[in-house]
Amino acid sequence: MSTTSLTSAQDTADPPASGVPADADLPVVARRHPWRWVGVVVVLTLLAMFVHGLVTNPGWDWPTFFQFFTTRTIFSALWVTIQLTVYGTVLGFALGAVVATMRLSSSPFLQVVAWGYIWAFRSIPLIVQLLFWFNIAYLYQELSLGIPFGPEFVHFSTNNLFGPLGAAVLGLALHQAAYAAEIIRGGIISVDAGQTEAAAALGIPKLRQFFRIVLPQAMRSILPNGANEVISLFKGTSIVSVMAIPELFYQVQVIYGRNSRVVPLLMVATVWYIVMTTILSIAQFYVERHFARGTARSLPPTPIQRVRRLLAGVTR
Amino acid sequence: MNAMVDIKGVHKSFGELEVLKGVDLEVRAGTVTVILGPSGSGKSTLLRSINHLEKVDRGLIRIDGQLMGYKRRGNKLYELREREILHQRSQVGFVFQNFNLFGHLTALQNVVEAPVSAQRRKRSEVEPFARELLERVGVGDKADVYPRQLSGGQQQRVAIARALALRPKVLLFDEPTSALDPELVGEVLDVIKELARDGSTMVVVTHEIGFAREIADTVVFIDGGVIVESGPPHQVLDNPVHERTRAFISKVL
Repeated sequence: MSTTSLTSAQDTADPPASGVPADADLPVVARRHPWRWVGVVVVLTLLAMFVHGLVTNPGWDWPTFFQFFTTRTIFSALWVTIQLTVYGTVLGFALGAVVATMRLSSSPFLQVVAWGYIWAFRSIPLIVQLLFWFNIAYLYQELSLGIPFGPEFVHFSTNNLFGPLGAAVLGLALHQAAYAAEIIRGGIISVDAGQTEAAAALGIPKLRQFFRIVLPQAMRSILPNGANEVISLFKGTSIVSVMAIPELFYQVQVIYGRNSRVVPLLMVATVWYIVMTTILSIAQFYVERHFARGTARSLPPTPIQRVRRLLAGVTR
Repeated sequence: MNAMVDIKGVHKSFGELEVLKGVDLEVRAGTVTVILGPSGSGKSTLLRSINHLEKVDRGLIRIDGQLMGYKRRGNKLYELREREILHQRSQVGFVFQNFNLFGHLTALQNVVEAPVSAQRRKRSEVEPFARELLERVGVGDKADVYPRQLSGGQQQRVAIARALALRPKVLLFDEPTSALDPELVGEVLDVIKELARDGSTMVVVTHEIGFAREIADTVVFIDGGVIVESGPPHQVLDNPVHERTRAFISKVL
């Protein structure tokens, strides 16, 4: 066995005497991938059919779409949607940070309370919770500030305090906080314990340990999930339409209720949701890049840098 | 001469497991103490309890006469607040087995962080000193590089510079070369030897017997949570009195 393999190895290594070139001098023909090309053709055909349909099918009613896409009503509705998202995100993550800190604290009482909060708000469907807040005045007509069980200083009528918008923000933020808390907690526990230990050994103050050492490293895993939540909240604001708040989806419904052009108006909302989500995704990319310092030997290029390099390669 | 580190009757348990069963140890200023012992013998726990990273169950630890973690008022010992403990720790340098450099900060930022935030020194004053320290441990050209871009040996040398930046009274090393590739061990040991020659007070947990023989003033052998034997290297390493010490050294050599 060993002798045969030896002779065959010699056969290929030694060039035959008759002037035929050696293996090392031969040109290499790359392997063909016919099935990949079939796949490309099928997908391109389907895409072309879809685009063709978008353009030619009168049902999409593009004139109506463009008529409404940039109207003032839609812009003010979009603004309400953005406000709901911003308030929901800021309040949700702020409260989420508090709940996460409570769950990570060494006080069993605070841990249980935080766990209970997350349990409750993850259990109640958002739409049910929103309807509760919308009807809060039915349960409590008045709210007041004062000493618990003691004298009261200020009274509010619940209906005045929570406009529908306030109730919506409150509902979204409380719901968001439960999820944000888990995301933040997940980020914090993903940081190696050695980091806090080293910080403690160096005598770095507690707050600074958290904000300078732990949090920047936790951000790496908080960000992708956090961005997911912001985007999902942004689209989730459409659920608020049940409270008759004039956000994007509600407004679109109102308009097609009047002119019964359902599809083009749904497309108006859809395209705006896509535009805003795209902006958020781009922001996410750059923020994540910022927090990736020190995690890899060198950061991957941004898409813009990639395009520039490609262009430089083409023009050279 | 007063002891720089004074450990008296220290006990420590993790749950059911008693790791330290009454340890007494004195480390004089300017001397190097090397702690040897099989894994699980409690040597790392002892080192970590010196700067109160591990809170002991019984016994007291003094550094330069100062009680670690407690304050005596009248005839009672009061537990110190977190802030006060952190302040005490900033007088003790600690070098970890796994370096534990801050991954999102450059080498220089790693060294500058503690003097600025724990000792409230000015950044502008600390930075030149930090560069000097990096130079001294032989990574002066790596100041603006992140830890992951460094080899293990370079990372550990940055970690030593970081510990030195606090101008500590005592330096503690927890198996500083155990996570390194064999060819990188030498460069880290050289830095530690240099520090020993400069008269730093050091306590080193290690498995490098040759290194212990070279730099230790005192070698301490720990097994089963107690100090079995201690003394100058030639005594403990070459003529151990106890059977357990002899067995351990013959295994490691």
